[in-house]
Amino acid sequence: MKFMLMMHAPRGTGEYQILSWKPEEFRAHIQFMKDLNRELREAGELVGAEGLAPPGQARIVRSHGDGPPEVTDGPFAESKEFLVGYWIVDVENAERAHAIAGKASTAPGPGGKPLGIKIEVRQVMSGPPDSL
Amino acid sequence: MNTTGEQLLRQLAPQVLAAVVRRYGNFGAAEDAVQEALAAAAFEWPRAGVPENPRAWLIQVAARKLTDQFRSESARRSRETKFVLTTPAEENVVPPPDEATVEQDDTLVLLFLCCHPALTRPSAIALTLRAVGGLTTAEIARAFLVPEATMAQRISRAKQSIKSSGLGFVLPPPEQRNASLSAVLHVLYLIFNEGYATSSGSTHQRLDLSSEAIRLARAAHELLPNDGEVSGLLALMLLTDARRDARSGPNGEIIPLDEQDRSLWNQTAIAEGVELVTNAMKRGTVGSYLLQAAIAAVHDEAPRVEDTDFAQIAALYEELLRISDNPMVRLNHAVAVAMVRGPAAGLALLDGLARDPRIKDHYRLAAVRAHLCERAGEIPLALSYYQAAAEKTASIPERNYLCMKIARLRDN
Repeated sequence: MKFMLMMHAPRGTGEYQILSWKPEEFRAHIQFMKDLNRELREAGELVGAEGLAPPGQARIVRSHGDGPPEVTDGPFAESKEFLVGYWIVDVENAERAHAIAGKASTAPGPGGKPLGIKIEVRQVMSGPPDSL
Repeated sequence: MNTTGEQLLRQLAPQVLAAVVRRYGNFGAAEDAVQEALAAAAFEWPRAGVPENPRAWLIQVAARKLTDQFRSESARRSRETKFVLTTPAEENVVPPPDEATVEQDDTLVLLFLCCHPALTRPSAIALTLRAVGGLTTAEIARAFLVPEATMAQRISRAKQSIKSSGLGFVLPPPEQRNASLSAVLHVLYLIFNEGYATSSGSTHQRLDLSSEAIRLARAAHELLPNDGEVSGLLALMLLTDARRDARSGPNGEIIPLDEQDRSLWNQTAIAEGVELVTNAMKRGTVGSYLLQAAIAAVHDEAPRVEDTDFAQIAALYEELLRISDNPMVRLNHAVAVAMVRGPAAGLALLDGLARDPRIKDHYRLAAVRAHLCERAGEIPLALSYYQAAAEKTASIPERNYLCMKIARLRDN
């Protein structure tokens, strides 16, 4: 079963402002993510993972079929959070996907403390029917 | 390489692997060596011609690769001497091609090993397709839509688990035989299911997992011709796969059993499946795969949906429930009962399931309820259940089917 694990970060609060972290805190955070990805790759579960550029660079593209598509920097859905990265994993069951998300959530932030990042877990469609 | 050549290689793969493992012991290393030998054959045979004894050729090449492997390792750890000392000279020669019974047992051992309950199901599936099915890692990865590196890791982890659990290359002892066999059948069933669930739409470039599963089940049936469950699983696959051309439209949309063009059903596969079921039923003990196959046979033998013997189908589901209390079986039973005694009788049976935590949130329960409400003329209720089902399913063709149902109901 494939799942998408989406990592959400709150907008504009201190502990997620990576630029204000100390270098060793930043390094520990990156190391954690690299280790997690290596672990998933070695477990034969990683389908893909990417981090996303900050939302300031996001664009909305829209076309109604009449003329060139519009590219604007908004409006975005009103939310206090934004997507910072995702994993797609292929695992035996939902529990395993939740366990991976649980681990990703503990990525260290300032002072090496677990950030408790919010991870949204969604099943990727068109998998085989869930057998009971 | 042409299809016949490929088929030959896939057919020989497990025999060659088994022979090499039996001789050299190390499953993981032998598996790599056999893959290399298969690759060499795919390259060599089309130009030089298929050797007179292709199996012996493959065993010899794999053995040579394995020796090379041991040799390069031993350069550091002087393992070579140990290897030479521990391998009796007569084991380094290729066996005569007529060790048929040994070969058969070997393939069975291989199947038990690859599907061992100690492995996770995804690992067992990958390893079975590669070691017994003779497929390449790239082919398996494409079939499951995961990167090749991911599949390679999954296979190597599976081999690692076999190594660390100390499983030997022997048939499981008689008291474990049933558990081992049911693990094998479950893995084959999952492979078939994966192919069945995903073989619609633009997936023709992917390996056909349903056909692979049938091929493996056929091999298992040849090894254990008197086992009712093995016959049952093979029959179930054949009888289900027989409807392949009728069960989806040009855009991969689902066509339910009662709306299928039955002239598109594969009668050869149906005949084979029915015969397997009939013979196995005569032999006695009836297990759950055989019962499911019998149900599929009743459907497949009806020339029109209204000719279907739903009373018999309901009775077969009752037999299945006696073997195991599975909520999905209970659900299908309710559908059959509704066909015999009307939608209200079916709906009454669903009430109990709505409290069963194993199925209460499953889209299939909502979909069946919707269908029965629709038949009972309760359109607003049907619409709300179809909607609930469409929101819960993780399958795109299923969701599209349910959305189409909703749209049609609204239209009328």
